[in-house]
Amino acid sequence: MIETTALTKKYGERTAVDDLSFEVRPGRVTGFLGPNGSGKSTTMRLLLGLDRPTSGSARINGKRYVDLPAPLREVGALLEARAVHTGRSARNHLLAMAATNGIPRRRVDEMIGLVGLDGVAGKRVGGFSLGMGQRLGIASALLGDPQVLLLDEPVNGLDPEGIRWIRNLLKGLADEGRTVFVSSHLMSEMALTATEIIVVGRGRLITSGSVDEVVRQAAGASVLVRTAEADRLAALLRDEGHQVDRTAPDTLVVTGTDSAQIGLMAAGAAGAAIPLVELTPQHATLEEAFMEITRDAVEFHGTTETSGATR
Amino acid sequence: MSAISAAGLAPSRVTQRGVLRSEWIKLRSLRSTWFSLAAAVLLVDALGTLFSALHAHRMTDNGGPNVQVMFDATEVSLRGVFLAQLAIGVLGVLVITGEYGTGMIRSSLAAVPHRRPVLIAKAAVFAVVTFVVALPMTLIGFELGQLAQRSTHVQADLGTPGALRAIVGAAVYLTLIGVLAVGIGFIVRNTAGALATLFGIVLVAPLLTNALPEPYATDVAKFLPLNIGSRIVATTEFDTRALGPWVGIAVLAGYAAVALAAGAFVLSRRDA
Repeated sequence: MIETTALTKKYGERTAVDDLSFEVRPGRVTGFLGPNGSGKSTTMRLLLGLDRPTSGSARINGKRYVDLPAPLREVGALLEARAVHTGRSARNHLLAMAATNGIPRRRVDEMIGLVGLDGVAGKRVGGFSLGMGQRLGIASALLGDPQVLLLDEPVNGLDPEGIRWIRNLLKGLADEGRTVFVSSHLMSEMALTATEIIVVGRGRLITSGSVDEVVRQAAGASVLVRTAEADRLAALLRDEGHQVDRTAPDTLVVTGTDSAQIGLMAAGAAGAAIPLVELTPQHATLEEAFMEITRDAVEFHGTTETSGATR
Repeated sequence: MSAISAAGLAPSRVTQRGVLRSEWIKLRSLRSTWFSLAAAVLLVDALGTLFSALHAHRMTDNGGPNVQVMFDATEVSLRGVFLAQLAIGVLGVLVITGEYGTGMIRSSLAAVPHRRPVLIAKAAVFAVVTFVVALPMTLIGFELGQLAQRSTHVQADLGTPGALRAIVGAAVYLTLIGVLAVGIGFIVRNTAGALATLFGIVLVAPLLTNALPEPYATDVAKFLPLNIGSRIVATTEFDTRALGPWVGIAVLAGYAAVALAAGAFVLSRRDA
């Protein structure tokens, strides 16, 4: 169980995390989404006691991280930028980590086996690929058999095989009843892994809930309609108060109602009898929902994408 | 997934002993540790022998007891210490700035959120390892140096007044310079900055105090680490205005303690 209450972190004038309150419950994978610079990593650091909040609090299992008697036994963390000395071997890194919290040596070897680093455990971490580095990070996070896992961008830079491995691992951990909190800026990935999501932008909470809820709420289900009599249908729908966008001479995108209602209206309401060529409910992806929700919260817009639309 | 759950993990907690063990694993598992220590040993023992041999050669050529009266056979054989302090200082700084540089510090502090045990363990492990290496090193340097000077008949031995003090003191001096480096590393956090600060204090400060008018120059200079080090390895040349050999070492220990305390303050206050 992870809990933040009005969590706020300022670096000088810049507010990285702004009055953020949320809860992450055990037994499921909770995604922590936000564009780059939205305060995800800062929130992770605040949760781990690495940075001190300006105000508000972050608690894990009801305690501040610094008050945990053996933090590695309760919380496993994978930090975004690699947090490993490049000159040390993977095994020695894990041994040094384990020693601090009184975790036996045997456990280090088990974790090396679990993440599949047996062959390279004696090699210096500096020579590791991104994927091997992430595996070492996971081994380190799982060392103390923690009930709570915080993973910052765990699939960053992984190949498809590695991504699938992490995805299954996270689901497995959640199925065992652990609290799994995963940050990412990759919506598509979260859609596959997480069941709950918390969306932040510019350090503020934008929305949270189950993935389905968030998508529905953000995208407001729309319906694509094609008909030769687009003018008449558009007028009818607008009269009913629905929003209609005409994307082509014979194509309308309708929001505010569903395909059954549109079909009925076209067929008979007010004696319309408008023949439809196509009537398709549009399902927004989490990615689209995310773009929609965070449009105003993105720190840096790419000019190539927006110049056509805004100039 | 059953492999993840560890039925056999007994309850445990963060202890200073565990953190000491962790820091020992960290220190011994980096190549830079052994390179730095090997460099220190080589510098002290090889240079001590070389300087001794050169002096012996000159003296045998010139002859005459007058030349030899002021000669400090012990000091000559231990001179390499002042080059070795570079290696030890670099190692002391890297013990902590290496963690800030690579990001390892975040793992270290997440494992030990109270932080201070990390500083205590780093300083303690480093000091013990350095001293355990430095003491045989200065002893061997001394013996090799005296061997190289035996033709002069003014060579020292362990019974020579001040010789044993110089040998042990040189090892203590190196260790304290190293601990001072650890403290500065914790304060500055960045390798280049910490090295500049350390060697500014140790090597450049004596040059600056020279620019002061007397008696200020001497009054200030005697408190500088380098002069404290020079005093502890000297057996014949008594400058009455200098601090006593062990008094100087106590002052240096004070500097190291202040640096560590400041480092602990910074460590507990600042974001990692």
